[in-house]
Amino acid sequence: MALKWQTREKAVEIIVTSVGFLSVIVLLLIGFFLFKEAFYIFYKAGVLKVLFGTAWYPTYEPPSFGMFPLIMGTVAVTVLTAIMAIPLGLATAVYIAEIAHYKVKEILKPLVEMLASFPSVVLGFFGMVVIAPILSSWLSPIISERLPELLRSTNLPFVSTTLADMCYDKLFIASGLNISTAALMLSVRAIPIISSIAEDALTAVPRTYREASYSLGASKWETIWRVVIPSSVSGLSVAVILGIGTIIGETMIVLMVAGGAAVIPLWIFDPARPMPSAIAAEMAEAPYQSLHYHALFGVGAILFLITFLLSLISDFVSRKYRAIRIGEKI
Amino acid sequence: MVENKNIFEIRDFNIYYVDFKAVSNITLDIEAYRITAIIGPSGCGKSTLLRSLNRMNDLITTSRVEGKVFFKGIDIYHRDTDVIELRKRVGMVFQKPNPFPSSVYENVAYGPRIRGINKKSLLDEIVENALIRADLWKEVKDKVHESGMSLSGGQMQRLCIARSLAQEPEVLLFDEPTSALDPISTANIENLLQELQKTITIVIVTHNMQQAARISNYTAFMYLGELIEFGDTDTIFVNPHHKLTEEYITGRFG
Ligand SMILES: Nc1ncnc2c1ncn2[C@@H]1O[C@H](COP(=O)(O)OP(=O)(O)O)[C@@H](O)[C@H]1O
Ligand SMILES: [Mg+2]
Repeated sequence: MALKWQTREKAVEIIVTSVGFLSVIVLLLIGFFLFKEAFYIFYKAGVLKVLFGTAWYPTYEPPSFGMFPLIMGTVAVTVLTAIMAIPLGLATAVYIAEIAHYKVKEILKPLVEMLASFPSVVLGFFGMVVIAPILSSWLSPIISERLPELLRSTNLPFVSTTLADMCYDKLFIASGLNISTAALMLSVRAIPIISSIAEDALTAVPRTYREASYSLGASKWETIWRVVIPSSVSGLSVAVILGIGTIIGETMIVLMVAGGAAVIPLWIFDPARPMPSAIAAEMAEAPYQSLHYHALFGVGAILFLITFLLSLISDFVSRKYRAIRIGEKI
Repeated sequence: MVENKNIFEIRDFNIYYVDFKAVSNITLDIEAYRITAIIGPSGCGKSTLLRSLNRMNDLITTSRVEGKVFFKGIDIYHRDTDVIELRKRVGMVFQKPNPFPSSVYENVAYGPRIRGINKKSLLDEIVENALIRADLWKEVKDKVHESGMSLSGGQMQRLCIARSLAQEPEVLLFDEPTSALDPISTANIENLLQELQKTITIVIVTHNMQQAARISNYTAFMYLGELIEFGDTDTIFVNPHHKLTEEYITGRFG
């Protein structure tokens, strides 16, 4: 009987271990393949030329594989999204975890978690057919024509001249498919992710900390601001980092609404071609083992490195704060 | 008129969790500058009653009270009563030491900071004084900037006491403050409480009858949410009037 029990235990252990190893091995193989295919473009065209070259003309003769516009496309879209999504995502989390009445919370929490798994192709489609036209044919005339008119009619120095001209120039939206629209849709994607992870982090703050704070005569806001948020910094940072990671890797939305031009975006209404959308749009037409094919793997490798770095940072942050919490060092 | 020596006057007081009556019809006076112990078997409502004295029960959304509690003549459940102010004057120390995950200094400075004190020299002084009063200064003076979580259990509990003392409370409520501590730390805390009693009023819930007998002036015995007997600690332990009290203190149930 005893032997049988032990054999069963052993068998389960072997199965679980091999399944675990299998997925690690598959991941390693994918990583290896990615870097192997990417290596060639850096070798052939030169690391600096590829990373900082400003011309991405993969199908011209001779082709040019400067990835800088793609990288800057991703950077621009990510920064714009982060500006909107991080504060909103964290505020939503604080509201759900700390402020909302428990009946509101019961509805809001699953709703936000559901939004986090909303298919991004639907968001992309919505951005394309609803948001983009609103921006170019409704918002643009208001802010680039009527607003300057209004400013001119004030006859104030600077406002009626320089500022009005600036609005006229800068707020004209040539196409609704630009990095702002992309950032808007990406925010819809990122906010629920950030807020659901952050909400878990806030909820995980021990009740005893809040009790201590209230018993000292702290108000709700003081407790949230000085105790709950500081003691969940690690979880909140992880939420932000994972949110940003999702934005960087998000493909469908940028493919559909970022405009697609492989130029460095210099203004919020410029179009861009972020890295994932370049891969998705061009991989099908790049001949197997051509330079273009390797270049796209190069883009993929950079993308991989960026997200890998982000998860390293998030791991480091959560370790560091855990150490503080258990009193190792401060 | 003579000065009222009772700092708390609890009158016909009931506490409910939803419809469950956890504390039932309690009338009790708590004398200033004395240690009052609340004893009774677990689940009899000691913590619930204690937490009602600085309205920490407000944090439990299902709880609700009937009757009145006066703190220095102020009806603390009146809707105009400032709960924040009440909790600054009536502090609380919990069963499990619960320092914030920050330095010893920041733990103690927390209360003064939320009172708007930000001047370094003043904070330093308050922190040092509170740590001295909590009999912790000697042990931590060289590591006030280390994590409060790195202290021993007994030190953490004294840190929590120092944190409360930094608010200059008039009353400190203790909910089984030594039940998670070893005997030596327990003795330290008991000595500390007797020292503090000279300057503040103490109400302590304890599971440990010897503790109540050792340190308190008055003892309240609760059973199933009701106050069975209240009086001088000596009387309660030597010559209890009620049969239930006697059975409890002689260890026949609990
Ligand atoms: N948050 C709560 N919700 C519902 N019932 C509670 C809650 N807290 C305590 N009770 C109940 O109230 C009674 C008294 O609890 P408590 O005051 O904690 O007792 P004691 O401190 O004497 O052990 C117990 O029956 C307990 O189950
Ligand atoms: Mg209790």
